[in-house]
Amino acid sequence: MTTASHTALALDFPILEQEGLVYLDSAATSQKPRVVLDALEDFLAHHNANVHRGVYPLAIDADTRFSAARAQIAAFVGAEPAETIITKNATEAINLVRYSWGPQNVGAGDAIVLTEAEHHSNIVPWQQLCEEVGAELRWLEVDDEGMISLGQLDEFLADGRVKMVAVTHCSNVLGTINPVEEVVARARAAGAASLIDGSQAVPHMAVNVDAIGADFYVWTGHKAYGPTGIGLLHGRRELLEAMPPFLTGGDMIKTVSFEATTFNELPFKFEAGTPPIAETVALGAAVDFISGLGIDRVRAHEEAITAYALSQLQAIPGLTVQGPPLAQQRGGLVSFTLDCAHPHDVAEILGRDQVCVRAGHHCTQPLMKKLGLGATTRASFAVHNSTDDVDALVGSLGNVIEIFGES
Amino acid sequence: MDDALYREEILEHYKRPHNFGPMENPDRESFDTNPLCGDELRVMLKVDDNDVVEEVRFEGHGCAISQASASMISDEINGMKLDDLARLDRSAILDLLGIDISATRMKCALLSLKVLKSAAIGTLADWEPDTADAARPAGGAQL
Ligand SMILES: Cc1ncc(COP(=O)(O)O)c(C=O)c1O
Repeated sequence: MTTASHTALALDFPILEQEGLVYLDSAATSQKPRVVLDALEDFLAHHNANVHRGVYPLAIDADTRFSAARAQIAAFVGAEPAETIITKNATEAINLVRYSWGPQNVGAGDAIVLTEAEHHSNIVPWQQLCEEVGAELRWLEVDDEGMISLGQLDEFLADGRVKMVAVTHCSNVLGTINPVEEVVARARAAGAASLIDGSQAVPHMAVNVDAIGADFYVWTGHKAYGPTGIGLLHGRRELLEAMPPFLTGGDMIKTVSFEATTFNELPFKFEAGTPPIAETVALGAAVDFISGLGIDRVRAHEEAITAYALSQLQAIPGLTVQGPPLAQQRGGLVSFTLDCAHPHDVAEILGRDQVCVRAGHHCTQPLMKKLGLGATTRASFAVHNSTDDVDALVGSLGNVIEIFGES
Repeated sequence: MDDALYREEILEHYKRPHNFGPMENPDRESFDTNPLCGDELRVMLKVDDNDVVEEVRFEGHGCAISQASASMISDEINGMKLDDLARLDRSAILDLLGIDISATRMKCALLSLKVLKSAAIGTLADWEPDTADAARPAGGAQL
């Protein structure tokens, strides 16, 4: 661990000009680098027109920039542009699979495997599908260190009834990085499809969708230094082609007659209506920003901060860290509880020092139940954080203990 | 440390809440959660033949504001008629807390009132803390 990795990798985030702001909530949404804001404004100020079928130069320009951004975003995660569908967010991407792929592929008596640590976004759609078709959910347990067991996955897959294995790449509460390549390979060998929720992985560690090999990989732009309103679904062509459209309307058709409609080619078949054009262009700038820093440097930086945070937090009496013990097993986030104070009170007191952390169930109520907790406090890290931010967090926790500590 | 929100009395109620714990065979009970922060609160009441509260118990977990407000209001309602309980409004809690409550903490502060009123009315009060206030009219109570 070098000292260089303890200072911020990049600081040109306009919001960080706010005096004293210590932003430790990038797992909820990332702050936006100036280059992303510039790209958004530049597009809207100088290149804006609707995409598809434009004939005049401005529209052709907009279309070219939109397509180029899609290609850039796809390349960033090792995916094909035609297999890269633009959605509203990760939640919509999962729902697309649930609605378009689900009913044709999951039936009565079938099963879907999830981990106990999934975000509600990767639970509720599958729960609903199971209810609708009479299938069951099988929950991969997370152990005391936040890890799932591939052995249990094998057991679940053994009877051949599992049709989908949907697993988060990185838990938004425990931080655990799951062995997604192994999960996908086992699912495939057992004849099950796989979906990986990369919402907490993509801007923080090297992700190669092709190498992971999942049938579906989803993530969300606003957690990856991009704007809100854009999510990504990378799907294998073979499956996407066999799936009916999700939403229907304009842009997703090839021809519409009074009698019938033929659908557009991939990826447009799944993009009904005007897509988030400026947001796609801005997300293109965001992935450029990350590539410019180097994803391996980004990962090393966040791992170093996480390791520092783990050591500092664990030294606080009465503080319990959730999830894996080692930074290399984790994404850049740490959830914890304090014996003396409820997470909501912790976050409130930290907020007075402008230390921005999240408190609550983090949209993972089943996991909270498993952990026997109502809530945790979570600090999460990004390229603009440094160990100074961890020190600010720890200092502020001192105030919490001062208020709540003595009995 | 002098703190406007976490003043001494609130911390005291949080750390050593009054009327907390289980109750056997309650005459009335109600349970609700605050999904925002995962707080859970159950209230159990024993009432006499005249629908007067004889004993109150809370169970659950939550932040200092929700726990302290439950503890504080629990001291106030012994001897109160269910009808009067059903008519309590938010000022009952806010006066006891005696602090400024931000919009985000309002649900925490009022969770105990909501479960109490629900127990009194006999159904989960269709009364949301952050909607305009008025207690549910007693006429609508399904006792
Ligand atoms: C692991 C995980 N999956 C899915 C989501 C949902 O992302 P979005 O709200 O952008 O759809 C989140 C964000 O909170 C998340 O952390």
